[in-house]
Amino acid sequence: MDIFIQQLINGITVGAVYAMVALGYTMVFGIIQLINVAHGDVVMFGAMVAFSIIHALSGAGLPPLFVVTIATACAIPVCMLLGFAMERVAYRPLRNAPRLASLITAIGVSIILQHFALIIWSRNPLAFPQIIAVESFHIGEATITNVQLGMIGISTLIMTGLALLVYRTRLGAAMRATAQNAPIAGLMGIDANHVIAMTFVIGAGLAAIAGVMVANYYGIAHYTMGANLGLKAFCAAVLGGIGNLPGAMLGGVLLGVVEALGAGYIGDLTNNVFGSNYQDVFAFIVLILVLVFRPSGLLGERVGDRA
Amino acid sequence: MIAPRIRVLSLATVAALAALGLASCSKEEPPKPVAAPPAPPSMEVKIGSVAPLTGGIAHLGKDNENGVRLALEEATAAKFKIDGKEVKFVMVSEDDQADPKVGTTVAQKLVDAKVAGVVGHLNSGTSIPASAIYNTANLPMISGSATNPQLTEQGFKGVFRVVGRDDQQGPAVANYLASNAKPKTVAIIDDATAYGEGLANEVEKALKAAKIRVLPREKGDDKKSDWKAVLTKLKGRNPDAVFYGGMDATGGPLLKQARELKLKAVFAFGDGACTDKMKELAGEAADGLLCSQAGIPPQAASKKFLDAYKAKYKVDPILYSPFTYDAANLIIEAIKKAGSADPVKYLPELQKIEFSGATGKISFDEKGDRKDAEITIFSMKEGKLAPIAVVKGGQTVKFEDFIAQSATPAPAAAPAAAPAAEAPKADAPKADAAKK
Repeated sequence: MDIFIQQLINGITVGAVYAMVALGYTMVFGIIQLINVAHGDVVMFGAMVAFSIIHALSGAGLPPLFVVTIATACAIPVCMLLGFAMERVAYRPLRNAPRLASLITAIGVSIILQHFALIIWSRNPLAFPQIIAVESFHIGEATITNVQLGMIGISTLIMTGLALLVYRTRLGAAMRATAQNAPIAGLMGIDANHVIAMTFVIGAGLAAIAGVMVANYYGIAHYTMGANLGLKAFCAAVLGGIGNLPGAMLGGVLLGVVEALGAGYIGDLTNNVFGSNYQDVFAFIVLILVLVFRPSGLLGERVGDRA
Repeated sequence: MIAPRIRVLSLATVAALAALGLASCSKEEPPKPVAAPPAPPSMEVKIGSVAPLTGGIAHLGKDNENGVRLALEEATAAKFKIDGKEVKFVMVSEDDQADPKVGTTVAQKLVDAKVAGVVGHLNSGTSIPASAIYNTANLPMISGSATNPQLTEQGFKGVFRVVGRDDQQGPAVANYLASNAKPKTVAIIDDATAYGEGLANEVEKALKAAKIRVLPREKGDDKKSDWKAVLTKLKGRNPDAVFYGGMDATGGPLLKQARELKLKAVFAFGDGACTDKMKELAGEAADGLLCSQAGIPPQAASKKFLDAYKAKYKVDPILYSPFTYDAANLIIEAIKKAGSADPVKYLPELQKIEFSGATGKISFDEKGDRKDAEITIFSMKEGKLAPIAVVKGGQTVKFEDFIAQSATPAPAAAPAAAPAAEAPKADAPKADAAKK
């Protein structure tokens, strides 16, 4: 039982990160039907920028929490700028081009970002400075650390904030309107370009925070770290119903938990025919199952294909 | 019209560089009697040395080259004769940039330069492709640092190594773990690479032979950073020790997360994760880690070597120079025994050689691997990797005892080396001075 609780804790922590990244995918897809493959690499950039800032400040004797906050505060605008530039330079000129063209462009942007990071931060795995002292709390035999609690707490807060933004503000209303029907929204006086740019910027900001959290949690940052994480988050978004905000959050947490439980128990269930190396496969098995039985995802609405 | 000028220019540069190289070589040579009265006829024997001299591990490459140079100069100073001619050993040093492609190019260069033997390369990745070229040219090569088993599994007669193989390392670290941590149950994780899985398999075999229960294998991959699910599962099985076959980039997070989950097992890693980077990657969790490296740490080499090296280069050996020093001496010894610098004639002597060098007794098995090669077990203490034991031929010796053994003059003091120009006594190298 303790082991089960421990796996749940592991799963929810990772799931919170997936959810944050999945939101970036789902918002962009909801508005312009683009799968922004480069989103995972924005996460990586967030981690890398924070790495450099923490490294630079580590000798100054500042309180650790303050240093991490500063690092995150620097990573967010950098990633936002990246998201903005990405949309302006790579995606906007192709907005009316066939969907495949923008998808391939997104793959190209992903490769460019990775190699930029390679040039700046080298190809070596970087040890992310562990300046926050890890404290463990016990729930029975299971442990939860302050870092895990922080990750779950921060992502809950941020996701609540995002929901308020989307459902309670003018910008949010404009985003929803553009998602429903961009040309008509434009006729109502909404500047679609501005709204789309803001969507990218907000998604990139979330990615930056996710990047800092995940790098700090594992203690390692690498220029390819965004690729796999991005793929998982994309699965989470599809799992919840792509284009649907609560769906992305639910999908993320669910995926994290399924992975942890899968890796933890598949060996016993199959008498060690399959081992924990199938952990990553779970994300995709779940995805396929959901798509077979509920093609629009868990919370996705069944909509007719847009003409 | 520009091209010829450039060629002239580069020729001039090469000439200038060569002159510089020669100048620096002769400067480093011990002062020798300029006019030996009857001036006996002499012959020159070229020995190749290959290592990366540029790039990220250039410091290790230079260290290797230093070891070879020292051996050749001592042998030249000893003035032994072949067919009545005094032998002068000359080093031909090449830079393979740790790049397999460059490695084969410089290998061909050495073949064309008609060297009598090659010491190198440093990396397994460069040694393996280059060995095929040396083999075609019937040129013996001895690597002082390449540990990948494949190097000597190709059936090449002239390919040797003086360090241990990765498949000797597994049993060594497993036996150390078995006899010191005395675990009842051991969990093994690997990163599903040829190296990690191979090493983990060797460890599992050895542990099972020692009647220790081994849990079903857990696997990750070489980019994995989230080990929590796997470790939580292991926590439920309560193993006394965990072995991980993989590199430091994945091993660091593994160790850190294990301690966060309060897994109390002893952790043991192979040489891929036996680096100082573990301290950075795992933080305080790295303390108490056991890990293994092929070969002996340089401070365990013979005092004679350490003194001579320090006297000549004013620094301590870094990593593999005792091995390249021995490798060069092996070629010299075989040439001496065969009375010829012709590779075809001295190769049989090399194959059956019995030699006592800076890293202990050396002889080769039929594959060209060193018999009873040492594996050193390290432990992470306060952020530093400290050698704690040396495993040799199934025997585990405490590191202090091993040092003490090698410090006492070996019974059959190296039959090869230089009695003549005994290096001036430098201050005794401190055991902890040599850093990785």
